[in-house]
Amino acid sequence: MAQNDILVYALHYEGEFNKNSLGAVSEGARVAGELGGECHVLVLGGDDLSDDLAGSLGAHGAAKVFRVKGPEGLAQPVVDAMAQVMDAGGHRYALFGGGLLGFEIGAGLAARLNAGVTMEVTAVRVEGGELLAERPILGDSSISTSRYRERGIVIGRLNAFELRESGGAAAIEDVDVDFSPWSTQATMVTRGEQRGADVNIEDADILIAGGRGLGNAEGFEALEELAGALGGAVAATRAVVDAGWYPYAAQIGQTGKTVAPKLYLAAGISGAIQHKVGMQSSENIVAINKDSNAPIFEFSDLGIVGDLNKIVPKLTEAVKARKGG
Amino acid sequence: MKICVLVKEVPDAAVQKRIDPSTGRMDRGGEKNLNPYDTHAIEAAMQVREGGAVEVDEIVAVTMGPSSAVRALHKAVSLGADRSVHLSDDALAGSDVAATGYALAKTLERESPDLVLLGQQSDDGECYTIGAVVADHLKMPSLTQVIKMDVAEGKLTCERQAEYGYDTVEVALPAVISVGDAINEPRYPSLKAIMGAKKKQLDAVAIGDVGIEAGRVGEEGSRVVCGEFKSPPEKAGGTIIEDEDTNETVEKILAWLDERKLI
Repeated sequence: MAQNDILVYALHYEGEFNKNSLGAVSEGARVAGELGGECHVLVLGGDDLSDDLAGSLGAHGAAKVFRVKGPEGLAQPVVDAMAQVMDAGGHRYALFGGGLLGFEIGAGLAARLNAGVTMEVTAVRVEGGELLAERPILGDSSISTSRYRERGIVIGRLNAFELRESGGAAAIEDVDVDFSPWSTQATMVTRGEQRGADVNIEDADILIAGGRGLGNAEGFEALEELAGALGGAVAATRAVVDAGWYPYAAQIGQTGKTVAPKLYLAAGISGAIQHKVGMQSSENIVAINKDSNAPIFEFSDLGIVGDLNKIVPKLTEAVKARKGG
Repeated sequence: MKICVLVKEVPDAAVQKRIDPSTGRMDRGGEKNLNPYDTHAIEAAMQVREGGAVEVDEIVAVTMGPSSAVRALHKAVSLGADRSVHLSDDALAGSDVAATGYALAKTLERESPDLVLLGQQSDDGECYTIGAVVADHLKMPSLTQVIKMDVAEGKLTCERQAEYGYDTVEVALPAVISVGDAINEPRYPSLKAIMGAKKKQLDAVAIGDVGIEAGRVGEEGSRVVCGEFKSPPEKAGGTIIEDEDTNETVEKILAWLDERKLI
């Protein structure tokens, strides 16, 4: 039945699909299978959405790809396209991987279709022919389950859905969409601008990450010394990157990189969910923070309550002494 | 130009938040405060007014919530809003994100704003989403998580971090913009502004006053049903060291790293 088909949005940039979108396609295929439907994917962009690229979604479980010509990187044109496809196809559920556009498109689509919407979802399952979504709430201290009266929009948390290869080919259907007048009132001037030096943090086994608790940009000098002593690299939170203290390429979290090093040492980082989603798979997490109530201590393996300005330089000296001797 | 700022009362960050198991709703008792992200939205409105690029006739703070939410409006006015609108109605209790966004949009329609600003997220549930819901109902362009906003006649130039780096987007007015905390440093209200806030015009409206259909809000009008609360899998608690003697602390950290062969 058409209403058991799930529509997933897949974001792409410079000829590649977003990893979180591919996770959502994989998960959409899994639950659509349980519902007795198919996983359909909507892509929107220009000529770079070739038959090969769109068709490659079949490898992750997409049965059909709806391809729409339109402006990339903005939410509202995608809302128009998904609403049109869901109304024509009778899809009951839409699914998004973690990321900024998913939040915007999913919320706009919920308004347009008068649908239920759940964000930050970490798991979906099928029960009695319906889709259920689990969402951690209250600083991840509890998990709530969403059920949808009619239509449901599920927006995943970053990295929540595992990317799977199931093989197979997807049929491509080109769709013409009449965009709403207000959907074309926003225009991209520049997209994907990188600010600051190009640093590589994704290959490092040891990451020393700094947050607002460093106090100022100079605070990163001490972290660079510690990283140098340990043979690692330096990473940063969104707040300090936006403040211009450290390059964007070193940012961890919701709109930055996802990392899983052997050691992640967080200095002056409170541990907001948006940061946690980018580093929680690290093998060993050490946190230094002067606030003993900081959420980071709830998911660190070793927590040090104290002044990082005192601890970090001494730690650097001690590591150097150990390695030298 | 008329700017409306959506604000929200949230539990104070220092207070432990909980869900009432019998209703599945947030227990909204205890200490409350203006959502910190919303103070950045009010500051953004003030900077548009003071920037001089456009003439701002009025800044109006708008909230939906129980009677206690008046305090959030007083705070918003003390930070610079000229007056406020309080949508309050028993029929709204239990509204989900879609219903809340619809109700706020109907309240805003009556004000016909040129620009709607709000904080990108709140600590108590609705993250990143309410702006996009409101915008779709108002048929306005929208952008969330904005960290820089330049205003000119009839349009905004906005910057934000998205999936692949920083995006710069031009948005025609009227528009709905949700802002991040990096957009500005909110000012502290003066004592005079705090004292005067209660004297500024505050319109209390119910759903009928702004044309909200009762069937589309509250528990009945909500399209998502939340329940079956459970605890996440327990993670073994980490070791905590209180730094009293830093030399000793450093020794302990080294030993810990050594044990895991991280040095």
